[in-house]
Amino acid sequence: MNNGGGDIIQIRGLRKVYRVGDVDVPALRGVDLDVKRGTFLSIVGPSGSGKSTLFHIIGGLTPPTSGEVRVADQDLSKVSDAERTRLRKRTVGFVFQKFNLLPNLTARDNIAVARYIAGMDSKPDPEFEEMLRLLGIEQRLDHKPNALSGGEQQRIAIARAIVNRPAILLADEPTGNLDTENSKAVLEILRDLNRRTGQTILMITHNPEAAAYGHNTVHMRDGQIIDRS
Amino acid sequence: MTAKLVIENLKHKPMRSLLSFLLIGVPVTLILTLVGLSHGMLEDSHERARGIGADIIVRGTNANSVLNASGATLSEKKFLELFEKWPHVTQAMGVVLHPIEFPLIVNGVDLPRLMAMSGDLHFLSGGPFQQPNDMIVDQYYAAQKKVKVGDTIHITGLGSTPWRISGIIQGGILAHVLVPLPVLQDLDSATGKVSQIYLKVDDPKNTQSVIAALKEKLGSAYPVWSLEEMTSMLSVNNIQGLKAFIYVIMGVGVVIGFAVVCLSMYMSVLQRTREIGILKSLGGSKAFILRIILAEAMILGLGGTTLGVIMSFGAQWLIRTFVPASLPMQIVPIWWLIAGAITLVGAGLGSVYPGLSAARHDPIEALAYE
Repeated sequence: MNNGGGDIIQIRGLRKVYRVGDVDVPALRGVDLDVKRGTFLSIVGPSGSGKSTLFHIIGGLTPPTSGEVRVADQDLSKVSDAERTRLRKRTVGFVFQKFNLLPNLTARDNIAVARYIAGMDSKPDPEFEEMLRLLGIEQRLDHKPNALSGGEQQRIAIARAIVNRPAILLADEPTGNLDTENSKAVLEILRDLNRRTGQTILMITHNPEAAAYGHNTVHMRDGQIIDRS
Repeated sequence: MTAKLVIENLKHKPMRSLLSFLLIGVPVTLILTLVGLSHGMLEDSHERARGIGADIIVRGTNANSVLNASGATLSEKKFLELFEKWPHVTQAMGVVLHPIEFPLIVNGVDLPRLMAMSGDLHFLSGGPFQQPNDMIVDQYYAAQKKVKVGDTIHITGLGSTPWRISGIIQGGILAHVLVPLPVLQDLDSATGKVSQIYLKVDDPKNTQSVIAALKEKLGSAYPVWSLEEMTSMLSVNNIQGLKAFIYVIMGVGVVIGFAVVCLSMYMSVLQRTREIGILKSLGGSKAFILRIILAEAMILGLGGTTLGVIMSFGAQWLIRTFVPASLPMQIVPIWWLIAGAITLVGAGLGSVYPGLSAARHDPIEALAYE
């Protein structure tokens, strides 16, 4: 596959079929997608369109059934489970709709655990400290998730996702559990992150206003990409 | 960070953690109490045997085991006359053994002979027998029965007549309970007979030569041992069934440790499915997840062992308070390590299934878990 001049993600003919009982359920039916390094790409589509499955495959959470998926020069159709685990350590960072912070740990430790798993120093670099200030959470780091608002939790989750400087940030409905004000704040943080650091971001959303924060938007339906804008 | 994850999880569910510690601690206490009782009872026997001041013991032909509290079959007059004239023997004393509440044995004694042989009894209160149904007890038995000098007590298996406490002595000599020799002989229908005879020799160096000569004279049917030999035979290894019983309790400890940790960790893994998914999404490997579960099991095992050790001091206090004479218990620190190792083996085994189950979780399903 040709690297296509700085494409960090190259997908050709991607199919994913889940086995539910005795029934094969196709989730992706031949997806082709190129994403350039530094892009902020929005992916929209109705429930069941395959957006999350696409994310899970790009993020190394599940293998493709067929097709080629090249992420940061690794062909995920050919790697082992252990290699996909390594990909999640440093190459991709996840932001989820439900924040998915570890409830027993403070915000600081939630960030530290990501560094620990990636085998990095527990103390982040000064640049990251500056990022925490930009995220507006430096005063909330010693609180546990249940003492933080939804917006604060999502900002901690963003900090955790980028602390290891991943090549790609995957945000799955990052504003799905937030009110309008916090949604806007989170989207601006993502856009600012992309502009300041060139962070490649892929964001799933149902909301067209949220999708507009990205450089490009991909529309999915029935496991296929039906439109690019 | 692994430690922090584990400790924060244990703190997050304090009741689960405490119950696990308690359930793991109970068999540890059981093991330590059993071992402590074995050691305590044997040490108590050693101390009382040493306290007699004798060098040699001769027992009846029906008592070839050191633990056998034999009936009175030796003719007191005949054997004492023989032994008192024996070269190098300076004192001889016959006693009758009579079991009462397990594991206690009343000794019928000729008090002046015992006082002479042991170098006097240290009376804490009261004094020697004044009348036939007088009884001397040591401070442990007095505490167990809550009696003082002048009180009368009935003892199961020791006739229907009440016994009057004439004196309370310092423990560590012959037996916890002493009664006049002729009274116990009559009670056992063994007038003029004794169960065993203690001998004191002029010089401990002569003990073995006297034993050899006695064996030659009496024949092999009569057990003749030095007191040193007798006490050395009182060991955990020589008590039939005790070692096996300890092994059974150790096995129970392993099984309970295994079951408690397996159940506790399995529940914990179920409750933390989503957290395991989060760790996996961050790149946590199967080995990392397994390590967390194993570390938590080890902490539960160590905490349970610590609690078990603390509870064994509680068991010792209870035993010393309520049955100090019947069940002397020692704390045996080396067994803290053994009980700890047993518990950790159980906890380690118990964590394998929940650990593997957690490590195998599909990250997508785990993240979707509510």
